[in-house]
Amino acid sequence: MAVKKSEAALDPLFNNNPIALQVLGICSALAVTTKMETSVVMCAAVIGVLTLSNLTISLLRHQIPNSIRIIVQLTVIASLVIVTDQILKAYVFEISKQLSVFVGLIITNCIIMGRAEAFAMQNPPSLAILDGIGNGIGYSAILMVTAFLRELFGSGKLYGYSVLPTVSEGGWYLPNGLMLLSPAAFFIIGGLIWALRVYKPAQIEMDG
Amino acid sequence: MFEEYLNLAVKAIFIENMALTFFLGMCSFLAVSKKVETAVGLGLAVIFVLTVTVPANNLIQTYLLNEGALAWISPEFAGVDLTFLNLLCFIGTIAAMVQLVEMTTDRFFPALHATLGIFLPLIAVNCAILGGSLFMVERDYDFGESVVFGLGNGIGWFLAVVALASIRERLRYSNVPHGLRGLGMTFVITGLMAFGFMAFGGIQL
Repeated sequence: MAVKKSEAALDPLFNNNPIALQVLGICSALAVTTKMETSVVMCAAVIGVLTLSNLTISLLRHQIPNSIRIIVQLTVIASLVIVTDQILKAYVFEISKQLSVFVGLIITNCIIMGRAEAFAMQNPPSLAILDGIGNGIGYSAILMVTAFLRELFGSGKLYGYSVLPTVSEGGWYLPNGLMLLSPAAFFIIGGLIWALRVYKPAQIEMDG
Repeated sequence: MFEEYLNLAVKAIFIENMALTFFLGMCSFLAVSKKVETAVGLGLAVIFVLTVTVPANNLIQTYLLNEGALAWISPEFAGVDLTFLNLLCFIGTIAAMVQLVEMTTDRFFPALHATLGIFLPLIAVNCAILGGSLFMVERDYDFGESVVFGLGNGIGWFLAVVALASIRERLRYSNVPHGLRGLGMTFVITGLMAFGFMAFGGIQL
């Protein structure tokens, strides 16, 4: 077996992180990270869809004709996302309102298409599941760190509970409104990529 | 009437820019912005596809998927609500439209096809395209509005990607810290550009 099981699951965490190195799935990573609560739901949805789509496509990989594989993959992914969307609407309606279109956009999240195309089409189901979980967790790790920083400094809260009492509620912390705005997400992820590349110098792009 | 459309267009291009406010289409936004020429090619393709798919999906939503929309076939279907299928229908429309656009340009505008050729398949999975259709549904635009909204979003995305590519071309001459080169620096620049676009946020229309 070319790819070991532990590698399939663990590599995406640091060595081959989907966001920091493969440049996949950035759109949703930025938009939902103003609060930890929404990010947790988003991560769970992505891990679920990614694992199941990897499994399904890996099971079907000998039956899918090469010329229409993109449409088949999109159909599998879209069906899984519709199911996820309905589940979210049924059980966590408030959060699914806040996520608005971004649940639907999991379909075009390049992580899912990218892993289906690059990994699940060539590998057996057991490895594909591990790869799905690993990449989902690698994606979630970046999302959670970003959401943690943005919510803590942007509104002085963690997961909806006040950690730093804000001035408007009689405390001492003056919230940094910038953290809740879109540019902050770019700066934080840029910084995370920088930190990861200082730790793993092999990932540095010398020609950029 | 005209004023309303103009407002919507300005809003879609500047104030609610797809790439810099909603982070849609980021993957290709970051990947294809190394050179201005390729950025222009992809930007044009996005404008084109958004202008076609948003109104097309609007028609599908209004006449096929909404609750009671099927009543035009026969009164029996008046109670059918197929809105949960919209994701599947939209992505199908987008994939089909992209294919159609590719075939049409290949047949009638070979020069354009040579420029856009490689980018067209990429667009099927560009979240800006699907995002445009989903926002259109969420905000209940009618057909006319959805044409303007699609075109405006496309132009906004085009401007953002060309601007980023121009900055990155100039960046070759500067000395960026090693760990930040490439992707990291691109993120920081995009953040700064998003700041610039936020200045439009104060405009009241």
